[in-house]
Amino acid sequence: MRFDYALVASKIPEIFHALGVTLFVWIVGLVGATMLGFLVAVARRFGPRWLDLALGAYVELFRGTPFLIQLFLLYFGGPYVGLSLDPIPAGLLGLSVYGAAYFSEIFRAGFEAVPSGHVEAGECVGLTRAQIVRRILLPEMTMLVFPACVNMAVVLLKETAVMSVITVPELTLTISAIGTEFYAFVESLFLLALFYWGLVEICGWLGRLAEARLSRFRFAAA
Amino acid sequence: MSEPAIVVRRLSKRFGQTEVLHDIDLDVAPGEATCVIGPSGSGKSTLLRCMAFLEEANSGTIDVYGKPLGFTEEASGKRTRLPAARIREVRSQIGMVFQQFNLWPHMTALGNVSEALKTARRLSSAESEERAMAQLRKIGLENRAGHYPTQLSGGQQQRVAIARALALEPKIMLFDEATASLDPELTGEVLNVMRALADDGMTMVIVTHEIGFAASIGKKIVFLDKGRVLIASPPQEVFRKPRHPRIDQFLDTYLDRGAAMLI
Repeated sequence: MRFDYALVASKIPEIFHALGVTLFVWIVGLVGATMLGFLVAVARRFGPRWLDLALGAYVELFRGTPFLIQLFLLYFGGPYVGLSLDPIPAGLLGLSVYGAAYFSEIFRAGFEAVPSGHVEAGECVGLTRAQIVRRILLPEMTMLVFPACVNMAVVLLKETAVMSVITVPELTLTISAIGTEFYAFVESLFLLALFYWGLVEICGWLGRLAEARLSRFRFAAA
Repeated sequence: MSEPAIVVRRLSKRFGQTEVLHDIDLDVAPGEATCVIGPSGSGKSTLLRCMAFLEEANSGTIDVYGKPLGFTEEASGKRTRLPAARIREVRSQIGMVFQQFNLWPHMTALGNVSEALKTARRLSSAESEERAMAQLRKIGLENRAGHYPTQLSGGQQQRVAIARALALEPKIMLFDEATASLDPELTGEVLNVMRALADDGMTMVIVTHEIGFAASIGKKIVFLDKGRVLIASPPQEVFRKPRHPRIDQFLDTYLDRGAAMLI
């Protein structure tokens, strides 16, 4: 294998920059998707029926089509309806809306998994509806859905690779460009896979740490 | 005679097509235990849940110390739902204990008992916890204050749930088959707490399958059958022979089941 290490070394700053971009779009997109998904779940549970139906259609649509196509439509189709976004904002918006469809379903299931008796107990001691949501439903739901959320975070991390098609300068775009430049396609893709795998492992490890903290009151020894 | 604690009048409740409660009239006297017994599906729990306003009746009224719970009803039958704040106000006189305990799993025993004092009654954390601790001490669980529900036995969990309700100083306590999900060994400790409450003169409505307990603690036994009050009398009258044939039949099935267990 002919590999010019000096040339590769010259690309290291570029790779680190790309890593930064991937982390940025992932974390911001993840936060956006979680918050939006939560709002959707709350609106569907507590809002009027027509809103539930409308949001249900949104969830079906965004879970039922590939992220690649959604992002293409947003970035290249957006300008036709007056929505001209730069690559990174388009990527963030796309990832948030796509991820929120999944997150809303996770939260919906979480709300449903909290035993109704726990809510009734809150009503009986005089908590208001808002207090019940804040003090009982949310903490219990968080505990229940946390593992599923970590899983979703991992999925979204890998979906950031799709943003390369709309020229977001993240890992996939950058490293495959380097691969093209050096005619080292296999090596570059292998490296790329290692990057994602490493990030996923770190994410999973952080998730397990947080989960252990969250559930300490559930499983702690007496 | 003093004013009844709870007055139920012509209360009916349907779930879909099924009428679960039919024209229930019932007075709960203050300062004593009223025990509701009857076969499964007779509407005992539904009646109690209506008294806690966890179920909304389709017609009829419930007054708690003279104040309407949830609905007012005019002579024409027109029902008006009261605003949430007024419902909470009347409800605040009532404590409820569930078959499934329903402790909040993310809070310690102390947290469960102090939560409503803090959140609903707006007391300071220090005062809430002090009062909660006093309740836990009363039921002998002050050394379990920092334990989460999963770290407690069923009997301990139910005692914490009782303390949670008592912390708000209700005038009436409702018990919905409070011992039904406990094994016999743990049933006793919960019944003892309930007995102590009755001895203190707490107004209680107790739905139970513990017929012996009901007979010994209840000043009034209410026998429900198919959503109707069949008998509402002192235990001596209810259990004395000759008994109402339906009660005889009910007690027989109890003995049958007991005997079946021995074979």
